[in-house]
Amino acid sequence: MSLQKFILKRILASVPVLFGVSVVTFALMHITPGDIVDQLVAANPNVPSHEAARLRREFGLDQPVWVQYLDWMQGVLTGDFGEVYSSSRDVSAVVLARLPETIALGLFGWVFAILIAIPGGIYAAVNKDQLGDTVSRFVALSGISIPNFWLGLMLMAVFAVQLDWFPTLDPQTSLLSPSMLWWLILPGVTIGTAAAANMMRIMRTSMAEELNKEYVTAARAKGLPERTVILKHVLRNSLISVTTVAAFLTASIVAGSVVVETVFGWPGLGRELIDAVHLREINLILAITLFTGFFIVLANLLADIVYALLDPRIRDEY
Amino acid sequence: MSTERGRIQISGFDTDGIEDQDSLDAWSESEADELESRWRKIVSSIVRDRLALGGFAVVAVMSLAALLSQPISVGGFTIQPFSIVPYDPTQTGVGARYAAPSLSHPMGTDRLGRDLFSRVVTGGRYSISIGLIVTALAATFGVIYGSISGYFGGRVDEVLMRILDVVFAFPGLVLALILVALFGGGFWPLVGAFALVGWATYARIIRGEILKVKQNEYVMAAKALGARDRSVIFRHVIPNAIAPVIVQATLSIGTVVIGVAALGFLGLGFDPGTPEWGTILDAESDTLATGAGGTWDWWATVFPGLMIFLFVMSMNIIGDAVNDALDAQVDDIGGGG
Repeated sequence: MSLQKFILKRILASVPVLFGVSVVTFALMHITPGDIVDQLVAANPNVPSHEAARLRREFGLDQPVWVQYLDWMQGVLTGDFGEVYSSSRDVSAVVLARLPETIALGLFGWVFAILIAIPGGIYAAVNKDQLGDTVSRFVALSGISIPNFWLGLMLMAVFAVQLDWFPTLDPQTSLLSPSMLWWLILPGVTIGTAAAANMMRIMRTSMAEELNKEYVTAARAKGLPERTVILKHVLRNSLISVTTVAAFLTASIVAGSVVVETVFGWPGLGRELIDAVHLREINLILAITLFTGFFIVLANLLADIVYALLDPRIRDEY
Repeated sequence: MSTERGRIQISGFDTDGIEDQDSLDAWSESEADELESRWRKIVSSIVRDRLALGGFAVVAVMSLAALLSQPISVGGFTIQPFSIVPYDPTQTGVGARYAAPSLSHPMGTDRLGRDLFSRVVTGGRYSISIGLIVTALAATFGVIYGSISGYFGGRVDEVLMRILDVVFAFPGLVLALILVALFGGGFWPLVGAFALVGWATYARIIRGEILKVKQNEYVMAAKALGARDRSVIFRHVIPNAIAPVIVQATLSIGTVVIGVAALGFLGLGFDPGTPEWGTILDAESDTLATGAGGTWDWWATVFPGLMIFLFVMSMNIIGDAVNDALDAQVDDIGGGG
């Protein structure tokens, strides 16, 4: 199968998933007991019943469910997610304002994870079953076992509060200024730790497997320096297995952003979601949930395409 | 009937294909022996692994301590009378506020003078029991769902897998958080939320395994002999495809424990004051803000987190050991066969 055909097929396969994501999100809003009018009536018991009925008609809540879904989807597709009750701001404006903060944090986490995991994984695989490997395996296992909120609290307590190396307040500069790095380091390291540890374990396993293959023996036999064998031949093949989990790791970073942003007071989508949950801002919760789902589907799509680029065999398996 | 490898043709009961194989009685006996010795091998290889034994000891001690920490009564009946922790974990003022760790309070006290040791030991109850129940529920449902999908294949598989893709589109913790936010917290809602989030992984794993196992002759033989789908799935397919599910289940207990604590830390899931690890951390997290060089009542945040870390680390060490043990077994079969 040609690459173009594979990409096209893969994109088409994502469409029903995106539809499913929107249905699940919409359903979540509607299985919860009580609609928005019930909440308004509960807040103000003086509302007469004909007024409640009029409000239901106005919000379209008297329509069949599928009509409500279509109405909602129409809004979503034109970027209209309704408004935030408490501040009367547009939900989409709030989401767009918070999004760059979360992307910056997630990217930093990814870069940190790659910088730690690739060299760490190579080192462990090359020194398999020796002391260095055992130590790095233990470190990686700790990395996936440590709760990120606790890691964040401890890093903050030691490096920001006690040693005063990093700021403790909310970011005070614009996202693109270089001094932003000081605000990014602690939350970025916290969010990237689990991904780094996971990636390192995968890197070690796949690299150790590759090292046993015949082409490695052949490359060594023809007299290539070990460095070239590892970095030019083995590394390239083991990186393929890392791309297969890239989407999974992205999902774990997205989930991590909810917790880590709350710990560090980072003004991103994750913290916004927690605030929305505590204030019961349904429109905002739904918009962020839907956005997260779309983003993960997109990440999966990209990961599969990169995988197919690196390993042409996969195109035919789809 | 898949004959793509051209190994056996079962069209209208081809006798050649059956005569090539051992008699059915001998086959099932040797298979049973092999299954038993496989489990013995797994257990013995874990026992040989000192680190895994250590992990198992930590998990056992922490679970037992959490169970025996305070009496448990169901519907007025006391089913667990022991109370091994020195203080009632919810009793305030058993010590000074923020007393440092000492002999009478091994982990110090919190902002209301409650004994942290008692709270932290009891705190295991919530996360650990939710982790176990969720894993059992999610694995059972996931295995059934994935088996149906993998065994029947075709249209059924296509539809069931698309549904799975939708579940995977939401990061587990985010979906659990939304569910708890919409339907309220507490023990059983948390169990429900994490089970709803967790089953998909098992379904995907067992489906992949079943696609492999399905190719084996004994499955075709069983079908050719007229066994019903249900009995083929439960007696022949699942037992041979279950190994990776067990590894995943071991590892997922730790994931759920962290997830429950994370929701507790975010102020969702349990009432404030509940001696649950994440909820304790949430309540005590303001002890960090003491300013440079100020005194930091470190015990209030270090110990609850350390307990989560210790438990999950031990669980993951066990998971790794089980994984190694099962892999070794797979290699053995490959070598012997």
